[in-house]
Amino acid sequence: MKQPELIPHLFRTEFRKITAVLCKVFGFEHLETAEDLASETFLSAMETWPYKGIPENPTAWLYLVAKNKAKNYLQRHHLFTTKIAGQLQPDASGNETPDIDLSDKNITDSQLQMMFAICHPAISTEAQIGLALRILCGFGITEIADAFLTNKEVINKRLFRAREKLREEKVQLELPGESDIKKRLDTVLTTLYLLFNEGYYSESQDAVLREDLCLEAMRLTYLLIENEVTNQPEVNALFALMCFHASRFEARKSENGEIILYQDQDESLWNEELIAKGAWHLHQASGGDKKLSRYHLEASIAWWNTRKEDSPEKWEHILQLYNRLLQMVWSPVAALNRTYALSKANGKAAAIAAAAQLQLTDNHYYYVLLGELYTGIDNDRAKGHLQKALLLARTETDKRTIRAALSRL
Amino acid sequence: MNEFMLIFRHEDGNKVASPEQIQVWMKQTMDWIGGIAAQNKFVEGNGLPFADARVVRPHNVVTNGPFGEIKETIGGYIIVKADSVEEAVEFAKGCPVLQGDGNSVEVRRVDRH
Repeated sequence: MKQPELIPHLFRTEFRKITAVLCKVFGFEHLETAEDLASETFLSAMETWPYKGIPENPTAWLYLVAKNKAKNYLQRHHLFTTKIAGQLQPDASGNETPDIDLSDKNITDSQLQMMFAICHPAISTEAQIGLALRILCGFGITEIADAFLTNKEVINKRLFRAREKLREEKVQLELPGESDIKKRLDTVLTTLYLLFNEGYYSESQDAVLREDLCLEAMRLTYLLIENEVTNQPEVNALFALMCFHASRFEARKSENGEIILYQDQDESLWNEELIAKGAWHLHQASGGDKKLSRYHLEASIAWWNTRKEDSPEKWEHILQLYNRLLQMVWSPVAALNRTYALSKANGKAAAIAAAAQLQLTDNHYYYVLLGELYTGIDNDRAKGHLQKALLLARTETDKRTIRAALSRL
Repeated sequence: MNEFMLIFRHEDGNKVASPEQIQVWMKQTMDWIGGIAAQNKFVEGNGLPFADARVVRPHNVVTNGPFGEIKETIGGYIIVKADSVEEAVEFAKGCPVLQGDGNSVEVRRVDRH
C-alpha cells in the first residue's frame, strides 16, 4: 500500500485499538486524553514518514510511538500529581508508570470493554452511535457528520456532552458482571443494530461511507461472538440479520450509485457466502431454550428474503414472523411490511382492510403500499395514493420510484 | 389511552378438533392479533390450555378443569390499547373464536394502579 492510502487505512484500524488500550491504562474518565494521544501518534507518522520513509512494520512503529507518548504523559501527570496536587492530597496515586500492553489479547479485551462503556444507558442512542463511530471505528468527525447528515460542530458538541455524562456516571472500562450483562448487552446490541441501519438505510449520498458503517457494525458484533461471555443467541441472530442484508450490497447499487429496489435486483449479484454465513449464525442462535429476540425474528424474515421465489409458503412464513415481531416491538416499517406480506398470503382484499386501519398518513411508504394494493383493483385510487406518496417523498430515489410506478398504471 | 382485556369464552371445551382445524384457527388468531399489533394497539396475550387446569372450591375441594361442570371455558385472552370500550369492541368483533356459535368475547377495561 502506498503512503497516501496507508495512513488513513492504519488510522481506521489502529486508532481505536490505541485509544482503547491507553484509556484502559488512564481510566475511562481520561477518554479524551487517550483519543488525543492516539491522534498525536498519527500526526507524528504524517510528519515523519514522508521524510524518513515508511517503517518496515508501520503498526509496530505506531504502537511504540503511542507507548512513548503515553509514558511521557504519565510522567508529566505524575509530576503534577506529586508536586502540585500531592500537597493537597498526600496519597495521590500514580507512583510508577504502568505497563502499556498492546498485545492482541489486551487490544480485544479493551475494545470489548470500551463497547460496553460507550453503549451506556445514561447517554442517548445518537450519542452512543457517535461515540462508537469515533472511538470504536476510528471515524473522523467529518465522516460522522456526513453519516448523520449534519455538521462537525453538532457532532463535536454531542460527543463532548456524551463524554462528560459518562464521566459523571463514573463509567468504568470493564465488562459488566454476570447479572448485569444481559441488560447491558441489550443496549450494546441496539446501538450496533442502529449503527448498521444507519449505513443500510442512510439517505447520505456517500455509498462507500454507508457500506463502511455496515461493515464496522458487523466487525463489532463479531467481537461479541468471539468472546465466550457475550456469545449469546441474540448476538448471533443480530449478526445473521446483518449478513443477510449485507449480502445484497452489490445488487442494490446501480452503476451510478442509485439504490435498486429488492424486486428489481439481479439476484446473481447476491453474495452467497454471506447468506451461508448468516444461515450458520442463525442456526447457532436457535440453540438453547432462550426466548426469541426481535433479532431472531428479523433475521428469519431477512433469510426468507434471500429466496426470491414468490411461493405462498414463503409469504405465509414472513407474515407470521411479522405478526410476532409486531407484538414484540412496533415500527411503521414493520407494520407496512406485514401488510404487504398479508396481501401476498391472504389476498389483496384482506390487506386493503388492514391497511385502512394503519392510518400512517404522514408516511409516504404508506401511500406507496396503498397504491400497490389498489393496482389492478381500482387503478384510479391507486393513482391517487401514489400522487399523495409523491408529495410526501423526500429523497430523489423515492420520488423516481414512485414516478415509475405511476407511469406503469 | 385505556387498556382492555378481551377474554375468549368457548361454549364447550370438550369438543375435539382435528389438527388441521386447529392449524387453521391458529393462523386466523395470529393474523387477527398481528393486525392489532400492526396498529400498535397490542399489549399482551396468552392462550390458556385445557391441560393442567384445576378448579379450587371452598373446603379444599379441587376438581380437574372446569369442563363438564360448567358450560363455558376460557380459552385465552389478549390485552389491547383503545381509546374507548367501543374501539375495543371493534377489535373483539374480528376474533376468530366468534366463528363458533355459542362462543363469546368478553371485553373488560383493565384497572391498573
